[in-house]
Amino acid sequence: MLSIKNLQARIEEKEILKGINLEIKPGEVHAIMGPNGSGKSTLASVLAGREEFEVTSGDVNFLGKNLLEMAPEERAREGVFLAFQYPIEIPGVSTVNFMKTALNQIRVARGLQALDAVSFLQLMKEKMKLVEIDQSLLNRSLNEGFSGGEKKRNEIFQMAMLEPKLAILDETDSGLDIDALKIVANGVNKLKSKNNATIVVTHYQRLLDYIVPDFVHVLYKGRIVKSGGKELALELEAKGYDWIKEEVELA
Amino acid sequence: MDLAVKNNLLENIAVPSDGTSAIRHQALYSLHSLGLPTSKTEEYKHTAISRLLEKNFQSLAVSTSKGNVVADTFRIQNLDAHVLVFINGEFDQAQSSFSTKELNIQPLAVALAERKEIVEKYFSKLADTKADAFVSLNTATWNNGLLIEIKNNVQVTKPILIHQINDASKSKIITASRNLILVGKSSEVSIIEKYDSIGEANFSTTVNEVFVAENAGLTYTLIQNDGGQRYQFNHTSIQQESNSRVNCFTLSLNGKAIRNNLQLSLDGEGIDSHMYGLYLLTGDTLADNHTVADHRKPNSISNELYKGVMDGNSKGVFNGKIYVRPQAQKTNAFQSNRNILLSDKATVNTKPQLEIWADDVKCSHGCTSGQLDEEALFYMQSRGISKDSARAFLLYAYAGEVIEKISNETLRNYIDNLVSERLHKNF
Ligand SMILES: Nc1ncnc2c1ncn2[C@@H]1O[C@H](COP(=O)(O)OP(=O)(O)O)[C@@H](O)[C@H]1O
Ligand SMILES: [Mg+2]
Repeated sequence: MLSIKNLQARIEEKEILKGINLEIKPGEVHAIMGPNGSGKSTLASVLAGREEFEVTSGDVNFLGKNLLEMAPEERAREGVFLAFQYPIEIPGVSTVNFMKTALNQIRVARGLQALDAVSFLQLMKEKMKLVEIDQSLLNRSLNEGFSGGEKKRNEIFQMAMLEPKLAILDETDSGLDIDALKIVANGVNKLKSKNNATIVVTHYQRLLDYIVPDFVHVLYKGRIVKSGGKELALELEAKGYDWIKEEVELA
Repeated sequence: MDLAVKNNLLENIAVPSDGTSAIRHQALYSLHSLGLPTSKTEEYKHTAISRLLEKNFQSLAVSTSKGNVVADTFRIQNLDAHVLVFINGEFDQAQSSFSTKELNIQPLAVALAERKEIVEKYFSKLADTKADAFVSLNTATWNNGLLIEIKNNVQVTKPILIHQINDASKSKIITASRNLILVGKSSEVSIIEKYDSIGEANFSTTVNEVFVAENAGLTYTLIQNDGGQRYQFNHTSIQQESNSRVNCFTLSLNGKAIRNNLQLSLDGEGIDSHMYGLYLLTGDTLADNHTVADHRKPNSISNELYKGVMDGNSKGVFNGKIYVRPQAQKTNAFQSNRNILLSDKATVNTKPQLEIWADDVKCSHGCTSGQLDEEALFYMQSRGISKDSARAFLLYAYAGEVIEKISNETLRNYIDNLVSERLHKNF
């Protein structure tokens, strides 16, 4: 589904991704872990199409298409979704309006009819339940004055609305208390199917108790330095990142 | 760089003879001694309007050609209002509809001829002909406009729409209109001034003098949405007495070159004044807003929010003066001017100018200019929204902060649609 080969990217002369390789198949959950500043968010942003980052080399193939050639909105229409580590506040635009525009532009791009107001509301109600988010929150300006937890929940709500094929969750657990974490994880799990895939970016094991990964990768200094099964996450939890750093320095 | 403005634009300016002849001649004299503003004129230094007029017109004498426009083309859908239509500066009875049950509306020229006290007490008392050449030009040459008079304790139910349409499809047009508005004690009225034009270059000056008596309320909405060829000067002076409330909206949505002077004189206590502005500029459009909030007595509030979006080669100018006179203690005065520049060539000059002589006051001002928020754009695109829609969405939300303050729902929806349509089509 997603095939990343030797992906290198930089911002303002600063190399951040130094050759990432990753293969993801439908139905899989991949966790990407690593200390702060390793490049996890950069990888997520590059996949979503953020233009600030310059891709200097490598290929990214998504469902048979060259992802790197597409504008961010085209990627979204192909089924890529990024839940932001720091969701943006947009005064004057309600989540409801925002989602209606997004969903309908995606639908039209896929040759489907735009949803009318009634069907949209129905769909929204259904997805709101999934992430236990309140209508009043969705009527407010997008993320403006939301608590950290509300922002994250709103990200997952948007994901539920758009039903992506590849969801990238960037530190969705940070800022969540345990109850909110369970709700968010539960939402993600319910959206999982054998046809879609999830990349969970986190630097804590905690979330992975609820969203169980098939693979765990450690990203450090712009490279994936270690991959394994879900037990790798537990090992990292127990031992921290120092041993990984040492291994890298030695090699 | 500055071409000296040859004042031949001011030749052949005839002064109509009527009850205000003396005032007109004085104004003409001021006009000639001031000359049209140049880049050296402090209040016009960023606004080369004289040069634009030079390029497009032979003279600034008021033209006499009649126009032929169906005002309905530009109407505000579903707005229940007293409508007064002027085409090329001529009152169009057939296209107007208003009742004089709650208020007195009559041609200003007639009112001035019949009622001496109006000339003595109000006319040309607020708009200073010695300070601005275009005020002098208007005072010398105006030939149309209204007296709108609301007696004490009248809540005028419908807004009054003054619709000034210029038809320059056959020749260039120059118009000069003048309104005098008297709002009586504890009365309430909403006045909308709307400008439209078709055809070639046309230039209009308007001067409004407005007296708002004790405890009265006025909403004054200026809608400038011309098809692109109007050069326009609008000067509105409002004098407020104690406990009066004024809400002004200056919405410059289209046009060629616009200069607006909006001057509020808070001449009483317990006054509440709001000035909201929105300018959306494309191409080589120019919009210059000069505002004044003059606090002359204690315990009043003025609040100002002007927002602009500039694309293409367009240019915005904002100058906001706040005066707090020595006796105006406990004044609250706030001002904010925000600008978004969408292209490298678009510019804005913004200048707050606070002069505060009292010591117990709360004043704040701020101006910003920047680009559209790239992060917000990316966020929206990452949800499948095209870059163009995302831009329009963000700009619309940005403009919404001004639009949402319009209290008449029909008018608000009209402006809302106009802005949304324009942002999607032209930006
Ligand atoms: N917009 C930016 N400008 C400059 N440097 C950046 C920018 N974004 C990220 N970086 C740098 O790239 C590196 C990786 O950051 P990031 O991808 O956010 O790491 P992580 O998500 O793993 O914590 C860090 O050193 C960070 O400072
Ligand atoms: Mg990060």
